[in-house]
Amino acid sequence: MSKVDNITSVNDLVIKFANVNGTGSASANNMFAKAIFRMGLSVSPKNIFPSNIQGLPTWYEVRVSDKGYLGRRGGIDIMVCVNPQSMAKDIQEVSPGGYFIYDNTKPLDLRLLRNDITFIGLPLTKICLDEYKDARQRQLFKNVIYVGALAALINIEFDVLTGLIADQFKGKEKLIAPNIHAMELGFQYAQENIQCPLGVTLERRDNLGEKILIDGNTACGLGAVYGGATMAGWYPITPSTSVVEGFEKYCKRLRIDPGTGKKNYAIVQAEDELAAIGMVIGANWNGARAFTATSGPGISLMSEFLGLAYFAEIPTVLIDVQRSGPSTGMPTRTQQSDVMACAYASHGDTKHVLVFPSTPKECFDMTAEAFDLADHLQTPIIMLTDLDLGMNDNMSDPLEWDDKREYNRGKVFNAEQLEEMSEKFGRYLDVDGDGIPYRTYPGTHPTKGSFFTRGTSRDEYAVYTEDGSEYVKNMERLLHKWETAKGLVPKPEIINCEGGSSVGILHFGTSADATREASDYLAESGITVDTCRIRAFPFNQEIEDFVANHETVFVVEQNRDAQMRSLLVNDCDIDPKHLIPVLNYDGMPITARYIQEKVESHISGAKVTPLRSKTNKK
Amino acid sequence: MSYLKPSFRHPELPVNDLGYTKKNYEGAISTLCAGCGHDSISGAIVQAIFELSIAPHNVAKMSGIGCSSKTPTYFLGNSHGFNSVHGRMPSVATGANMANRDMIYVGVSGDGDTASIGMGQFTHAVRRNLNMMYIVENNGCYGLTKGQDSATSDIGSKSKKGEPNPFEPIDLASMALQLGATFVARSFSGDKEQLVPLIKAAISHQGFAFIDVVSPCVTFNNNPGSTKGYEHVRDHLAATGTVDFVPMKEEITTSYHPGTSQEVTLHDGSVVHLHKADDKLDIHSRRSALGLIKDYKANDQILTGLLYMDPDSRELHETIETSNKALRSLGEADLCPGNNVLKNINESLR
Ligand SMILES: Cc1ncc(C[n+]2csc(CCOP(=O)(O)OP(=O)(O)O)c2C)c(N)n1
Ligand code: SF4
Repeated sequence: MSKVDNITSVNDLVIKFANVNGTGSASANNMFAKAIFRMGLSVSPKNIFPSNIQGLPTWYEVRVSDKGYLGRRGGIDIMVCVNPQSMAKDIQEVSPGGYFIYDNTKPLDLRLLRNDITFIGLPLTKICLDEYKDARQRQLFKNVIYVGALAALINIEFDVLTGLIADQFKGKEKLIAPNIHAMELGFQYAQENIQCPLGVTLERRDNLGEKILIDGNTACGLGAVYGGATMAGWYPITPSTSVVEGFEKYCKRLRIDPGTGKKNYAIVQAEDELAAIGMVIGANWNGARAFTATSGPGISLMSEFLGLAYFAEIPTVLIDVQRSGPSTGMPTRTQQSDVMACAYASHGDTKHVLVFPSTPKECFDMTAEAFDLADHLQTPIIMLTDLDLGMNDNMSDPLEWDDKREYNRGKVFNAEQLEEMSEKFGRYLDVDGDGIPYRTYPGTHPTKGSFFTRGTSRDEYAVYTEDGSEYVKNMERLLHKWETAKGLVPKPEIINCEGGSSVGILHFGTSADATREASDYLAESGITVDTCRIRAFPFNQEIEDFVANHETVFVVEQNRDAQMRSLLVNDCDIDPKHLIPVLNYDGMPITARYIQEKVESHISGAKVTPLRSKTNKK
Repeated sequence: MSYLKPSFRHPELPVNDLGYTKKNYEGAISTLCAGCGHDSISGAIVQAIFELSIAPHNVAKMSGIGCSSKTPTYFLGNSHGFNSVHGRMPSVATGANMANRDMIYVGVSGDGDTASIGMGQFTHAVRRNLNMMYIVENNGCYGLTKGQDSATSDIGSKSKKGEPNPFEPIDLASMALQLGATFVARSFSGDKEQLVPLIKAAISHQGFAFIDVVSPCVTFNNNPGSTKGYEHVRDHLAATGTVDFVPMKEEITTSYHPGTSQEVTLHDGSVVHLHKADDKLDIHSRRSALGLIKDYKANDQILTGLLYMDPDSRELHETIETSNKALRSLGEADLCPGNNVLKNINESLR
């Protein structure tokens, strides 16, 4: 080992694995992250994978933070390089003082050496060649071996690892011993040949309480089970596919009719997104709770139908797991760039209720609530998550369900109510003055309550008309319903620093972790900020007040065109100058350092303007 | 504009088993052009469902966009209807059917709606064997957008503008047969005697029942030179024979001569009698149907009647093994696993 000024830290590290896609590294890497989690440490793993199934480089970045920070930190302390293809670039990425762990079965190209980092060789290929005859085994166990070596190098408790192996191979007990053996091979090699531990180490803590580790998509799928969805129409697209897979997985376990063994749910893989959303609309129209999940390109295709659901007032739940656009963009990279496309999906004067979860628990809660909200408001509810939240394991508060809770199926007249009615049923009558009409499910009553659903203009009794005043009345009622929605959608999460600040940060979705961390750093450098996490569109009054109450308001988002800012300007009639965009859109989750820099540079820049010199204090 | 018909009822109108008269099955007055073939089809639907004694509110009327797709307003006024978006009725019908398997789904579409923008959804509804009746009101043109050629328009057929269509037509019945449709028929809007029993059989069929109905557009495609105009169609019709539909509850008394008739029993025990004029047709053979359609076409004739039926058809719910109960009827107790289960799930995620 060379003599470099090594990074030293306890429970504060970023480690990145450079693997080859399709070689089985994912489960070893997951095991690594989960071991840290089981040591009671705050962990945040992120997959960085190509839009390709096999052979190309893929990375897995894990952050451990004693302070509980879960966003990306930036900088790499340890790089574990199992893929020679990307080695040159991977070496460059390591922070000065960091470690580069590589397979030294083949000697390293000396031109790649850096003298400010430590190179550690593990003869992974050689160990596997000596130990295993079968080619697939050689490939698979290579991954387990480096996890074993890391246990020695950074102090992962070996018992935790063996426990994980036992859990992972429950039901396939024959595989347990060989996996533990592979792990020991790596552990022993490191202990015997490398000075262990490195400067960067882990120590058990008890910081996590009841926390769980789950990806947002699975949490959405489970939320759909709990929310009472019985139908999903969908079409595969990364990064949303695992939402419906999660739904199916839990349905298979929890939704089988005990008497007949048949399914209390229907999942139809549609021929495309046009059909997926059509099925969802049809099922909701007919009184079931149905949903779909998609990503940007799917939103484009679903738009015509979304306009129909908005105008004809059909509850619809849509989960959009955003990825980088436009077009196919970077299909396996994260972004928050469907905000506009979803808010105004379809032609004509259309706007949709959006909800923005930040954690798996919120993915679960908001999905379940989306069904209530959609039924209550009789309109599409679009949940915007993203690849980062959807496809990565995220630490989360445990999922909870209040058993006393009842589904809100909204305003639906049943047969008895129709029977008792002396007046004529009007599908689009604003009976209660909140803009929300009553509906009836098809087949409810032999002679009362049937109506025609269409995307064309109609009167309050659902009879087709092109009478301009009837059309305007209907459109006005939809606006009135929009106002009603403001009081029903999730409220923002506002964190005021002590005494309050004149600087505010608006953010949403997966920018939350980085924003929280950034505001700590900013406070250390003397800039206190209040933060407001937007959780829904239409914007609640609290958001408008937050903007009004702060001299300088930053809007953090992960897209190029400041889409949330435009929405705020448009919907709340805010002077655009008042909202300063902080934009990251390189496909990687935004980091705290990035937000900190943008805020600091704006504020120090603003200090030369006398008018804004007081941004720091109230 | 749309208005409702007066609800005056003649006391001696015939009633069906439910005690309903035909009036109970009518809808708003049609706003289509006088003489439009589509109106006759609406009439046949009313007649068939009345005769089947199905309560109107147990039927869901599904359609896309076009003159044909407007027609559900003009029949079964006590049923819920859904005009979806252009060509995408099959997906909406699929969702509706998944939500409640106990209703009867009647889909009406046009040749523009189905054979172009909606081709994808049509083929997949066939492929899944969705339990519905799907009628294409086929006029070889786009009526609502004023007469453009559609994909089913015959090569050389002249529209009102006088231009012969240069492209090969898509034959939807042949396509449905090739895709595996379990019930395929063709008819003519002007032939109620054939159409009504076909609709009755289609509704009783478990699975996707497709009826391609040639339905002249009097306004844009009823001119000399058009192969979908009344005159041409009447002159070139050839039927597989007459069709009788005998509902399960009635005693089967129809007589027929062996060799010239075929009898097909449906899932529910109803029987379709096919009195064949063309004894080359084997109602259980796709190949036979496809061949005959082609042969007639080669002779400039349109073969109508029931072309194919699979009595062992398995509809979508059976294939994916959904609950026998309508999914929409399941309540919170059936659907929500509760907090204890969630606690175990949390435990498995640590
Ligand atoms: C997305 C979309 N594109 C185009 C249209 C316009 N459009 C309305 S009806 C129609 C054609 C209808 O033809 P067909 O299905 O044959 O029905 P017909 O009117 O002949 O009965 C078209 C193209 C539309 N409504 N939506
Ligand atoms: S335009 Fe043609 S298809 Fe449309 S209503 Fe008139 S006749 Fe019928």
